[in-house]
Amino acid sequence: MSFLEIKNLNKTFGGLTAVKSVTASVEKGEIVGMIGPNGAGKTTVFNLISGTYLPDSGVILFEGENIEGKTDYQVCQKGICRTYQIMKPFNKLTVLENVLVGAFNKIEKKKLAKEFSLDLLNFTGLYSKRNDVASSLTLAEKKSLELARALATQPKLILLDEVMAGLNPKEQSDAINLILEINRKGMTLLVIEHKMKIIMSISNRILVLHYGEKIAEGFPEEVSNHPKVIEAYLGGKDTLA
Amino acid sequence: MREGDSLRKLSYSLFFLAAACVLLLGPHFLSSYLLHVVILILYFSFLGSAWSIVSGYAGQFSFGHSAFFGVGAYASSLLYMKSGISPWIGMLVGAIMAAGLGGFIGYLTFRYKLKGACFALATFAFSEMLRTVALNWSFTEKAMGILIPLKQGGSFYDFQFTSKLPYYYIILFMVLVVLLVSYSLDHSKLGYYFKAIKEDEEAAGSLGINILKYKIIALVMSAFFTALGGTFYAQYMFYIDPDITFGTSVTIEMIVRTMLGGAGTVLGPLVGSAVLESASEVMRSWLGEYKGLHIMFYAAILILVMIYFPYGLMGLLRKGRR
Amino acid sequence: MDLRMLCQAIISGLLTGGVYALIGVGLNLIFGVMKIINFAHGSLLMLGMYCTYWLFTFFKIDPYLSLAITVPLLFLIGVIIQKFLIHPIIEYPEDNQLVLTMGVMLFLENLALFLWGPDFRTVKVSYVGTVLSLFTLRINLLRLIAFAGGLLLALLLYIFLKKTDMGKAIRASSEEREGASAVGISVKRVHLISFGIGTACVGAAGTLMTPFFYLSPHVGHLFLLTAFMVVVLGGMGSFVGAIIGGFVIGATESLGAVIFPGSIGQIVPFSLFIIILLFKPTGLVAK
Repeated sequence: MSFLEIKNLNKTFGGLTAVKSVTASVEKGEIVGMIGPNGAGKTTVFNLISGTYLPDSGVILFEGENIEGKTDYQVCQKGICRTYQIMKPFNKLTVLENVLVGAFNKIEKKKLAKEFSLDLLNFTGLYSKRNDVASSLTLAEKKSLELARALATQPKLILLDEVMAGLNPKEQSDAINLILEINRKGMTLLVIEHKMKIIMSISNRILVLHYGEKIAEGFPEEVSNHPKVIEAYLGGKDTLA
Repeated sequence: MREGDSLRKLSYSLFFLAAACVLLLGPHFLSSYLLHVVILILYFSFLGSAWSIVSGYAGQFSFGHSAFFGVGAYASSLLYMKSGISPWIGMLVGAIMAAGLGGFIGYLTFRYKLKGACFALATFAFSEMLRTVALNWSFTEKAMGILIPLKQGGSFYDFQFTSKLPYYYIILFMVLVVLLVSYSLDHSKLGYYFKAIKEDEEAAGSLGINILKYKIIALVMSAFFTALGGTFYAQYMFYIDPDITFGTSVTIEMIVRTMLGGAGTVLGPLVGSAVLESASEVMRSWLGEYKGLHIMFYAAILILVMIYFPYGLMGLLRKGRR
Repeated sequence: MDLRMLCQAIISGLLTGGVYALIGVGLNLIFGVMKIINFAHGSLLMLGMYCTYWLFTFFKIDPYLSLAITVPLLFLIGVIIQKFLIHPIIEYPEDNQLVLTMGVMLFLENLALFLWGPDFRTVKVSYVGTVLSLFTLRINLLRLIAFAGGLLLALLLYIFLKKTDMGKAIRASSEEREGASAVGISVKRVHLISFGIGTACVGAAGTLMTPFFYLSPHVGHLFLLTAFMVVVLGGMGSFVGAIIGGFVIGATESLGAVIFPGSIGQIVPFSLFIIILLFKPTGLVAK
């Protein structure tokens, strides 16, 4: 039994098929990367797993339990948390309060939740900004906040959506280290990423989506040499570099 | 450092002692008219805080709160008039009924994802429906309304007093309670969840917050307190009718003071109420009893505040601090 | 309760619906283009009524003829309100916009109260009470004129929106504000005109209703929820929807009044409104 399993997942919006018969699995402790050209359906898959969208058909199993059809908050309570491509910080709340909201998912008492949140802020390098209003943060800091907030819910699996977008090389390097550190501590991660070099370097396995379908799956080296994958990216804006 | 701490503690304690003295003893020195103004400030502040629980903190702007106000006012008044039950008990009954109504309205509207203006309009429709019912039902005395008979010499059981002072203490207590509730919302899991919902519903959901449940809780709490205000009004003014209780005036009064002071803040409704009422009184004394002029004035203030201080007067203070 | 009474009610409701449709298309313009819930809409109707009243009382101008004055006047008032009060807060949070328009409503109502007192007033034209007969059904002439006037003005507005450049600019802005501005449409001007037209429409509706309704500073309240019901029922942003919404509300109101005693019939349009909001928020005319 895999940690997370999706079987024949389908989602159509109006006339557009966003996700078609996608089957994949994620093992505990893995970092699985999900790549594909723009519009391939990657974020839709996230939205289906996280409960934001209802699949038209298909099954999602987490730790052996069916979670397709569960609402977003139920999925989070089951142990899957996601971050957003376009970030959604609670702008008028402070950095600490943002994380606190996440912490309350599993911790009832405010004092404990606060301590836990402060630890996480320390871990993600935001401790000094804890009393600053979220809207005042830089892009990289907001990304860290998004991650800290997700971690606060004490998930078993995190869905990261395009974390690297907009970060400079130093910030990217910090982000990579953070992701690897979280993984070392036992977190399973499913990561959407455009920056090929990065995703290839951090993932245990890679899933490739194109026009809503899975066209390849396997170890980074296998995938980068896969004819279908090369074809999908050829001529497109994305490069394998 | 330690000396500075205890000095600060001492000055806080003195401040609170002084404030308590003023609050508890001050009114004895006020004229009946001024005491009435103070009671109004507290009364509107109470309603504003109640409204703010769902509309300020949880961000669900309700334009139908008079529905809960009216339920409270009519519940206690009808129980008193028809069965002689003390308005104190009626107050509780009314608040519970209003809470139930809040749960019902909340479940319907939030389940079907009504937000923003659509939610406001739906609540408006509900309050208008209740107003129409009250206007046409003989049980609620239709348009005639209910006139609460005066009990000679006042009576605690009947929630009637000959002097304004007891009313003052009652509403003061009510305000303190609702301020305490607001304060604890500001610092508790429930309050943080409300604020998260207000800021970004989708993100809140992804962090494990059951949006439907918490929105309903906010509305139920808000409805409960609003109804208490309705009973107070009935017992203070001795007359209620469908327009006064279920009409838009009450809703507008609640909203205006809170938005002026700052929705979603503990002291916002109180500040807004104090400023508006004082300005209103000043205008009244300058311009005499010209009908409508003083409301024009405070409508103008409201418009200006909405344009230049969108977070209300408390928003100004906060900006200064951070 | 017989068929004749029912038909009478429906006819009467449809006649009123014509005026509601006019109010609706005006509010629809404001809501569709600027996405603003204008709580002052009812009090603008009230202003239209009072203008008509004073023109009639002082200058003996027939209410229907005074449209020539009240429409431009209300248009101007709308433009002024938009320019100085609405425009500054167009990007602000929705709650602030709602409360601002509430403030405008309070201001206008109490201005009327201050200037003209709380007494109810009426305008009595010489031909009041004239009733036409159509297959044994009675049609009140004043309501018929209001109906015709309402639809005529709505038609004029429709032509304006479809055929003129400004009209097309307005429609473009309501579909896609940023896109419209990107192709060089002055969104600011579009907003000004839209709010002006919306106000002119509701003011005209007030004028049309004056001969058979009463005036008071607070009369706007009665139509505030109605105006929104019309727009939402039809489908926010849809011109045709607002027309349909006007008729549906008018008819259900009238049926409710005839089927139920007293004014409890009002519950019918309110319930319909809530049901549509819950189950088909895009309105009867799906976009």
